[in-house]
Amino acid sequence: MAEVVAPKNSPKNSWGADLFALLKQHDVSFLPFVPDAGHADLIALAHADNDMQPVVLTTEEEGVALACGHWLGGKKSVLLMQSSGVGNTINMLSMLANCRFPFVTLVTMRGEFGEFNSWQVPMGRATPEVLAAMGLSVHTVTQEDQLVKTIDAALYSAYASDQQVAVLLSQQLVGRKEW
Amino acid sequence: MLQRREVVAQINQARGQALMVTGLGSSSYDLHAAGDDDRNFYLWGAMGGAAMTGLGVAMAQPERQVIVLTGDGEMLMGIGGLATIGVQQPDNLCVIVLDNGHYGETGMQASHTQFGVDLPTIARASGLPVSLAVETEAELQQLCKIITTQAADKSGAIFASIKVAAESPERSLPIVDGVEIKNRFRRTLGLVPL
Repeated sequence: MAEVVAPKNSPKNSWGADLFALLKQHDVSFLPFVPDAGHADLIALAHADNDMQPVVLTTEEEGVALACGHWLGGKKSVLLMQSSGVGNTINMLSMLANCRFPFVTLVTMRGEFGEFNSWQVPMGRATPEVLAAMGLSVHTVTQEDQLVKTIDAALYSAYASDQQVAVLLSQQLVGRKEW
Repeated sequence: MLQRREVVAQINQARGQALMVTGLGSSSYDLHAAGDDDRNFYLWGAMGGAAMTGLGVAMAQPERQVIVLTGDGEMLMGIGGLATIGVQQPDNLCVIVLDNGHYGETGMQASHTQFGVDLPTIARASGLPVSLAVETEAELQQLCKIITTQAADKSGAIFASIKVAAESPERSLPIVDGVEIKNRFRRTLGLVPL
């Protein structure tokens, strides 16, 4: 692949490595994703790790079906997407309820707390309600010291008791996209 | 023209130890009619999700062959999935579309494939190493041979679109309870229900 340089306006975070270590601790094998700047560290770490397979998707609902397939085959995955992608997943989330698949998604928020692009706002505003309406438990993380413990709880609930959990990573945590 | 139930009966015979995932509607009924099996994961909804569910199983179980059986409408709804399969190059996955050119569950409205949209070409352009257009009995037998070969040597992802007659055979309904469909499938792999 050609060498690429990340755009200067990508927010940088300090917790990517901690989060990646947590996913490994929980034996997560696959990270399906539609990229977001807030997930960039996790995606890069997954590409560099032999035991974690990143899976680039064309649209987020692919990741829901893929995660179900991974679990049918006995493996754990975590879907990475941004809030605008949640809208793409709605009907596919019905698989989780119908088959009670364990499921964890990490959603980086847009249009929620300090947003330059108004086109991000409607889906950002609807994101928690849409996920809850489809039967997922929704946790929002706004502070860094809550991040690992919240995602640890999400993974535990999902894979110890067949729950479906979305963890929303607030713009307060991820940082504002600077223009 | 090939008849879907006969086609699926032949594929089911050729599957060997393969795990199978079916798209909602007629594909699920066809496989159930060919013989219910705990290794069949029948979708009753989640339209557009069959190929990706199959890819997930194939990635998680690289030593097992996985066959996705779905319709043209279901494949079209998740058409981007072929690009995702092209990136992953699962050598144990076979995606088979039963293309009757219609949305059979909703009143036989014409689908895109009747207007020149060519699924095998899309699959080939997405990077699947084997992509077949099947219209005759001889071509179907060739596909069954390729399925058997893939099971033995994991020779690369297969896509096949089989033109079948636009007919609606009597429904043969698999169980609807998704939790049971999931758990019995996982049990065949030695996985506990949770």
